[in-house]
This record gives sequence, C-alpha cells and structure tokens, in this order.
Amino acid sequence: MTDDTALEDLRRGTDLVKRGFAQMQKGGVIMDVVDPQQAEIAEDAGAVAVMALEAVPADIRKRGGVARMADPADVAEIVDSVSIPVMGKSRIGHTKEAQILEAVGVDMIDESEVLTPADDAYHIDKREFTAPFVCGARNLGEALRRIDEGAAMIRTKGEAGTGDVNQAVHHQRTIKGAIRELEGKTHEEREAFAREIEAPAELVHETAEMGRLPVVNFAAGGIATPADAALMMHHECDGIFVGSGIFGAENPEAMADAIVQAVNNWDDPETLVEISKNLGKSMKGDANVDLPEEEQMQGRGV
Amino acid sequence: MSLTAGVVAVQGNVAEHAAAIERAAAAHGEDVTVCEIRESGLVPDCDLLALPGGESTTISRLVHDEGIAEEIREHVAAGKPLLATCAGLIVASSDPRDDRVDSLDLIDVSVERNAFGRQKDSFEAPLSIDGVADEEPFPAVFIRAPAIADVGDATVLAEWDGRPVAVRDGPVVATAFHPELTDDDRIHRLAFFETEDSLERAPTETVSNGESR
Repeated sequence: MTDDTALEDLRRGTDLVKRGFAQMQKGGVIMDVVDPQQAEIAEDAGAVAVMALEAVPADIRKRGGVARMADPADVAEIVDSVSIPVMGKSRIGHTKEAQILEAVGVDMIDESEVLTPADDAYHIDKREFTAPFVCGARNLGEALRRIDEGAAMIRTKGEAGTGDVNQAVHHQRTIKGAIRELEGKTHEEREAFAREIEAPAELVHETAEMGRLPVVNFAAGGIATPADAALMMHHECDGIFVGSGIFGAENPEAMADAIVQAVNNWDDPETLVEISKNLGKSMKGDANVDLPEEEQMQGRGV
Repeated sequence: MSLTAGVVAVQGNVAEHAAAIERAAAAHGEDVTVCEIRESGLVPDCDLLALPGGESTTISRLVHDEGIAEEIREHVAAGKPLLATCAGLIVASSDPRDDRVDSLDLIDVSVERNAFGRQKDSFEAPLSIDGVADEEPFPAVFIRAPAIADVGDATVLAEWDGRPVAVRDGPVVATAFHPELTDDDRIHRLAFFETEDSLERAPTETVSNGESR
C-alpha cells in the first residue's frame, strides 16, 4: 500500500468542505437548545445537530430588548456535552460574534434574524470564515445574495417563535416558485432577473440549471409539530430546524422523537398518524396573522 | 439484466450517492435502477447497497426503528456488495466505541468518531487508495470524519496521516471520507463493480479528475 499522504495538500474551509457539512445534515432535524440537558435530549431523540442559544425564539420574543449571541461559556458547555454538531447564532452583520462562535468550536454559524441585527446594510462576509454559515431567506433574491456572501445552507425565515408554520410555507413556496419560473426563462431573461435581484448572474444560471438552490435548503420558523415538519418536507425542504416547538411543548422528549420520525416518514400518512398520537400539548404559539409588522423578525436582513 | 441499487435514505447525503452509483454503473456498461430506502421491505430486492454519511447517531437509530438494520445484515451475509461512507462506516463497524451508536457489525473494525476534529478541522486532500482504477490520487473530502482505530479481519485500502481511512472486509468497502461529494466515481466502481476477484481486469479508461466545483 502506498502511504503517500500528501499532508501539505490538505485544504480546510473550502466551499466543498463547507457545503459538504450542510449536505450531511439533509433529512435531519436541528433542534434549538439552551443547556447541556436539552442538548442530550435532542441527541437521544436523533437530532442531526443542536442550535445552542440563550433563549428559544418564543422567549426572546416575550422578553423583548436586544437579543445577542449566547454566552460563549454556555455554548462551550453544550459543545462538550454531545457528539453531534453544534451550531450557534450570531446577529446579522456581527462579524465579531461570528468569529467568537467559530473560535469556541461551533460547527456552523446561523447569521440569524432572530437576534437583533448589528448592521442595517451588510451581512457578514462569510467567505472569510473556515466555519460554514446558514442564513434565512424569504425569497430567491435573499437566498442567492446570502449564497454569494458565502452561506453554505439556506433556511426559510418563517416567523420564529410563533409556532405558526404559515410563513415558513410562504417563504418556501416563494423560493421554489421563483426557481420554476427561472427554469422557463431564456439566457438574457435570467441575466435581467439577476440584475433585478442584485445577485450574480452565474448563481442565477446555476440555480436555473439545477432546478434548485445550489446549497442545501432547510425549513425554519414556526415548525411546532410532526405534521408541520412533514409539511415542510412535502414542500421539498432538505431538512428541518425546530426552535421553540420542542422545549416549548409539554413533553419535549416525545415531541423531539416524533419530529425526527416524521421527517423520515413525511410521505406516509398512516405512519404519521402513529407518530402524532399522544404527544401532549404542543407549544401555544401566536398566529402570524395577529402579529403586527414591528413585531415580525422576518423583515430583518434582506 | 438490470441491477437494483439501494441507498439507505433515513438521513444524510442520499441523492449524491444515487448519482455516483448511476455514473459508476454506466462506466461498466451496467443498467441500474436506484431506490431510496426509508422503510423495511426494500433491501431484499437490492443487488447492492450504499450506507451514506450523515449523523451516525441519527442513522443508527432510524435503521433500527424502521426495521432496516436486520435486512442490511442479511444483505451483507449473502455476500452482496455494500459501500459505507463516513457515518455509514461508523454504523457498519463492529465497535463504534460510543454507546450512543448501535452499530450493525458488518465489518471487523473499531472506529473513533470525529477523529480529525470538529467542522473547522474538516478538510479535502488527495488520497492514494489501493485498488482504485488508474494511479491518480482520489479527491477525498473528510467532514468531521471518523478514523479506523483497530483493523480486525479487514484489509486497509488507504491511510491518512498514519490512520486507516478506507477498508475492505468481504463484500463491504467502507471509507471515512465522502466519495459522493465529487464527480470521481472510482470508489463506487471499486465497491460495486470491481470485486476482489476482478481487480486485475479493472477498466483503464480515463476517469474524471474529480475537480471540485
């Protein structure tokens, strides 16, 4: 056997390595947790990763004030407590919070509208990082601009902390619908579309040719039940983020387990019946339709 | 006769394995139908199987819950080929050295999970692998990858930094890296269409250079 290890040819933080990490999360459920105990419950239930944060979005919403990155000591404790990947949230445009999270050892950074934006005009230049990023999007323009900045995964924004799946569905339908329209456009129409959405033409052409986003596309924002998770898989999402829906439920263990199973069985209603039975109360939530615009998080970071 | 290939699809990088199997089959002039396996009852019809990367805790849990685990064991016991990659290697091992993973004992190796570190330590590098077609190194992508700790009856095909990262044990080929992430299908060809007996007559046509995008 040749032992030509070519160690000097090793490359870290390439697009392939960053996007590859996101691809390994496909078909999985990523769960918001605030401490090591919750992280272990998530891991036992079969979560593919946990999102370490100070408070789940529903509590951030209730509390008001400025929402920031979690205490790095708490993030580090969660990193040490589980074998699955750990993600952390930074404020939009807050390069320093992102660098701190990367240094703590998180496996992916969520530049998230759930926290209070730090920069009104710019997102983080994600290409400068070794760690991969996930960003929220409401439409194809937001998605492709984030990918151009270096995002390795896109998720719907939905409306975090509401327990109402309505906006996640709306955003996913908007993105998929725009891609379907793009597929029917000529080369020059696609170029014009790229100018309109202020995204590179190259990314627009790539998306049109692939018939999907060039990175993994998850659902997030308001997913509260196994049926919600199955619905987002039905809408061709690659996987699911669940925020307040698990630890805001009456029986988090049962809910976490059921949502993992629902993602694998999303196209089998009879199995979904069994999965959905006797889970106790799901999070109470707030219907999106009742939410005044100033209380919505989805408009942050376009 | 058309072959049936199954990709265990309870979680992880499924579509890319399906595409790699199709390319490898085409290179060997074989007709193949690929199906995704998320429930029991499909594996018995498969001539070859891929166990993809993803999260090993999630995959091991779901293959047991869905009743697929025993079917995979029977597939390998019958001498049919299986390719296990990254988390798939952990799930296929005889000893994952972690009680959070309930492994299938398909290959006689113990593994160390996340042996190369967290995601910021993940890397791509050219890797020399015994038995792959032509002499070119393989573009290997290691994502929070495991390493093989103890090799029992398995044969080591490749090492990275002194640690085994690809093995063959009977009908099973297992890698710590992700051969499905580039266009290079030589590992899929090795696992499925170039069995130990036929290594000598491995095809010599030009292969893609595996450039990443």
